[in-house]
Amino acid sequence: MTTVEERPHTGFGRTLRKEDVRLVRGKGNYVDDVRLPGMLHGALLRSPYAHAKINSIDTSAAEALPGVKAVVTGETLKGLGLAWMPTLSYDVQAVLATDKVRYQGQEVAFVIAEDHYTARDAVELIEVDYEPLPVVFDAKRALEPDAPVIRDDKEDQRDNHIFDWESGDAARTEEVFANAEVVVAEDILYPRVHPAPLETCGSVADMDPVTGKLTLWTTSQAPHAHRTVYALVAGLPEHKIRVIAPDIGGGFGGKVGIYPGYVMSIVGSIVTGRPVKWVEDRAEHLMSTAFARDYHMRGEIAATKDGKILGLRVKVIADHGAFNATAQPTKFPAGFFHVFTGSYDLRAAHCAVTGVYTNKAPGGVAYACSFRITEAVYLVERMVDVLAYELKADPAELRMKNLLKPDQFPYTTQTGWEYDSGDYPKALQLAMEMAGYDELRREQAEKRERGELMGVGIAFFTEAVGAGPRKHMDILGLGMADGAELRIHPTGKAVLRISVKTQGQGHETTFAQIVGNELGLPTADIEVVHGDTDQTPFGLGTYGSRSTPVSGAATALVARKIRDKAKIVASAMLEVSPDDLEWAGNRWHVKGDPEQGKTIQEIALAAHSSLELPEGVEGHLDATTVYNPPNLTYPFGAYICVVDVDKGTGAVKVRRFIAVDDCGVRINPMIVEGQVHGGLADGVGMALMQVMAFDEEGNHLGASFMDYLLPTSLECPSWELGETVTPSPHHPIGAKGVGESATVGSPAAVVNAVLDAIRPYGVRHADMPLTPAAVWAAMQGRPIRTDLAIP
Amino acid sequence: MEVSININGTAETHDVEPRLLLVHFIREKAGLRGTHWGCDTSNCGTCVVWLDGKPVKSCTVFAAMADGHEVRTVEGLDQGGQLDPVQEGFMECHGLQCGFCTPGMLMTARALLDANPDPTDPEIREAISGQLCRCTGYENIVRSVRWAAEKEAGGPVTESETPVEAKA
Repeated sequence: MTTVEERPHTGFGRTLRKEDVRLVRGKGNYVDDVRLPGMLHGALLRSPYAHAKINSIDTSAAEALPGVKAVVTGETLKGLGLAWMPTLSYDVQAVLATDKVRYQGQEVAFVIAEDHYTARDAVELIEVDYEPLPVVFDAKRALEPDAPVIRDDKEDQRDNHIFDWESGDAARTEEVFANAEVVVAEDILYPRVHPAPLETCGSVADMDPVTGKLTLWTTSQAPHAHRTVYALVAGLPEHKIRVIAPDIGGGFGGKVGIYPGYVMSIVGSIVTGRPVKWVEDRAEHLMSTAFARDYHMRGEIAATKDGKILGLRVKVIADHGAFNATAQPTKFPAGFFHVFTGSYDLRAAHCAVTGVYTNKAPGGVAYACSFRITEAVYLVERMVDVLAYELKADPAELRMKNLLKPDQFPYTTQTGWEYDSGDYPKALQLAMEMAGYDELRREQAEKRERGELMGVGIAFFTEAVGAGPRKHMDILGLGMADGAELRIHPTGKAVLRISVKTQGQGHETTFAQIVGNELGLPTADIEVVHGDTDQTPFGLGTYGSRSTPVSGAATALVARKIRDKAKIVASAMLEVSPDDLEWAGNRWHVKGDPEQGKTIQEIALAAHSSLELPEGVEGHLDATTVYNPPNLTYPFGAYICVVDVDKGTGAVKVRRFIAVDDCGVRINPMIVEGQVHGGLADGVGMALMQVMAFDEEGNHLGASFMDYLLPTSLECPSWELGETVTPSPHHPIGAKGVGESATVGSPAAVVNAVLDAIRPYGVRHADMPLTPAAVWAAMQGRPIRTDLAIP
Repeated sequence: MEVSININGTAETHDVEPRLLLVHFIREKAGLRGTHWGCDTSNCGTCVVWLDGKPVKSCTVFAAMADGHEVRTVEGLDQGGQLDPVQEGFMECHGLQCGFCTPGMLMTARALLDANPDPTDPEIREAISGQLCRCTGYENIVRSVRWAAEKEAGGPVTESETPVEAKA
């Protein structure tokens, strides 16, 4: 058990980013920037149908095109045993379709050519004979007896059922609901959306035919896990695979899993004996890579008449698409959805989630969801507002009344989570003060008198990030612990090697700050190495806001190992007992005689010198560690959104957004704030404009930035941030994760605000996205229901 | 066909297909990979460069159309190793995270300040509204551009109290 050290955090604070030095000069190195001698280019042929049998594929015209080196189909892969690959949910996914296609945009054939333009030409020349099949496009109807069976490739699969999973005490919850004064139910959809990083997915595979070593540059948030999976898929020995994740142009969960395109670049390199690059375009990215959400939820909330919340109950139909490739810890098929009790002290809770197959792309866990906590927080924060609507209560007062109190921590929830720390009322109070809450309500009342529509929305969330204790959490059997290695060079400069992989979150800077904080080294003297599996220790990568909780802890502890060793070296230098030394932030000195001391730099040189060390003490100043977290960290926040709604058009303008986040100790406040800004923009986007819908033939209706709308600078307000600091007691530096908090917490705040604005029209709930057309329809008395399938 | 484009003061002459996009000419032929490519529909603006002094989305221009014209990319922003104030501003105000939208944003910011040395926040937001960023929520990009404007005006520069060791 580690403890939070009570001393000033010298390395922490606002420090400019090391990464920026190259990135503002256009000198980043992203996958599509990689050039290798003799490199070829691959392109995928994708299915125009959502569900169809493949009768035949004619590749002769494509193969005859000058510049084309090879065309690979599912039949070719079958011969190599590579037509199917394992997913992160113990299902399988087709690399290239052999029997039939199961979603629009699915991978059917792969062309390798001298350049990208030629590869695309050749894709057009492939003829596929498809036999269309009935499509399952509505998750709510996927389990009907006459629904076509999508996964007839699986021997025992007779329907589209994937799993049933539940958490909480059903009987106790039933009892609480049966005796409650008030019970309110609501159908709540969290629509299918997509993380849509600006850089799409891609890879460059280089199989060296002489050494048998594969080097793969790839857009991977989890390079070590990818290496292991490739070893399992392709049967390559793991020490002959080097995965390099270079600079990544945003990930947001979309670059956790392995996609057929990556596998095909490897196959392409094996087939041609040359390096093969594959980079998808935006439409391919939106149609085939990991979507997010798609939870059809039935929420119920029980309370007393005066607003004491007693219980929550949820039933979910989870649309997982055609292959269950959801990225989450093995024992949690619905991720961490069971934190849906949120920030409230309840008597009972229960959730039941049923996963189903549909004719859509795989995914589910992505887009800063912290393993389904976006859905959980949205559910509870909508249900609390639904209750406020029924009780005619102020949503802020209702929350304040039910929030967990500081003295209840550590708090065990009805579904078994042990929240580490929190001071919720303080955060909500701060947000309300920053917003001028009472004044806003007065302004709203005046505007309502004049017939103007203004709304104030609140969301209070508790996150659960930092997966996780390896006893409970693994991905494909790989425990979720992370390694760190630290070497101090003779001249006192350091190299830190970490297992997580930044995609813009600033790890090169903040991890150096952690080392600097522990050893008193200047941040500029610490190089952080990440993303290259030949150079970094094993670990599970960056997602679920786990970098700071897990790898950040490993970094602090490996630095403390160095500090302990430095103490022994210093004692030899000073010719005193180690017990007589004390640490002063950057040096060991003799207790009571601070003049007699050695800095970490002096010690580093001595550790590499001819200095006589005690028996059994190796020279040099290097250390490694593996951190197995005892628990997750539970950051929280209070968000308030203010909107104006145009009565004539239904257009929503987000006027203000106040966000108070508490992630414990802040390593670099500047970077935390940037993370929050980005997540708040996600929330505005999801609440007001983003959705991937499908028609009844399974056509994807959001496959480009023409239809899948992302917020620009004009839809985003100037964010107003606040903070409180409640450290995590079990984390070595008291820090909690934070990257996903704003994406998790903000959609409910925006939706609650819009519904508050149109309250005079009597709308209790409406599904995202609240487009002008949807809001306008609601004001005409039509319900706002976003169905992922267009009827 | 032979196409010659002056990029950042250097003539790049290559034999290309008429259909080659300018973004690919810049990245593949001229080898300047700071200019990115993020969508297929001309929305994202990660490919923004200057064509004869005006920002354009280079995914929506054929290389042949730029034949004989001048292009400036992010690699041509700094002068003899001295960063342009907009580059400094993005570093000082944390106007970038993954860095993928940054080159295009920088080119637009430079063009804006050349035309309007003292823009208001709404004018900055309007100027970058043709470009998407997924990381920053735009707030710090606006601050970055304002920082650069203030620096160029010799006025008070905000947010510069921090240690700038990472700049080395």
